[in-house]
Amino acid sequence: MLRRATSALLSGVSRRRFSTDVPATPSVDSSFVEAWKKVSPNLDPPKTPLSFMKERPQTPSTLPTKLTVNFVLPYASQLSAKEVDMVIVPATTGQMGVLPGHVATIAELKPGVLSVHEGNDVTKYFVSSGFAFIHANSVADIVAVEAVPLDRIDANLVQKGLQDFTQKLNSASTDLEKAEAQIGVDVHSALNSALTG
Amino acid sequence: MASSGAVPFWRAAGMTYITYSNICANLVRNCLKEPYKAEALSREKVHFSFSKWVEGKPEKPSILLFTSHFSSSVSFNFIDRRFRFNFR
Repeated sequence: MLRRATSALLSGVSRRRFSTDVPATPSVDSSFVEAWKKVSPNLDPPKTPLSFMKERPQTPSTLPTKLTVNFVLPYASQLSAKEVDMVIVPATTGQMGVLPGHVATIAELKPGVLSVHEGNDVTKYFVSSGFAFIHANSVADIVAVEAVPLDRIDANLVQKGLQDFTQKLNSASTDLEKAEAQIGVDVHSALNSALTG
Repeated sequence: MASSGAVPFWRAAGMTYITYSNICANLVRNCLKEPYKAEALSREKVHFSFSKWVEGKPEKPSILLFTSHFSSSVSFNFIDRRFRFNFR
């Protein structure tokens, strides 16, 4: 697994920052502030979204023992700045274990199991699709359209869906229908292996 | 199973990532156990009302209810077409 070694090699080179990395001091446009003061001396200049954002912690020089995870859905925040030992994300390239000090990566997720390891506790979610952003400072942001704890999935419906979509895949005529049926088969077999495996 | 090469199969079939991820999310929602399933599906309900603007006044709005409770992706295509029709 790629760990600190590569980032130590890269530290001499000027490294590109993530757009989500907020600078330590929010850049204030001084000419704008001066112009604002002239027009309205009694009002503070308006704040920009950037000034409301919390600064991201700097990349520590020593390897942290915990990984900070933010796991968000469109309608809920499942994990917010939670410190865990490891997460395993279902990347399109395969299951990807993320430990503290992982190199910065962006991974597309496929339908599959996201497991969050904290000591002996393992929390498993099924994610439909999404992205995982892993930052150099041992922070991982995981976004998904739909994610549910595994115990909320109905095994009978999964079996039924798998049969339906396998049938649809055989009878599909156009490319689009085939792709839709293929997605159905992929999602249901991922659900099935999540429940059985 | 998943993507082979640079382009995933759903992209090759002309789907966008939004379409793909919404289909995936809906399939997952439809496989939930009951109290959670109804909750997840009701969360995805969307209401729209369209009204044409004629001579500076809006006509009587036609209220359309779209739910994303797609039993099959055929209905998804249907809604997609309706959208395009209404916005044109």
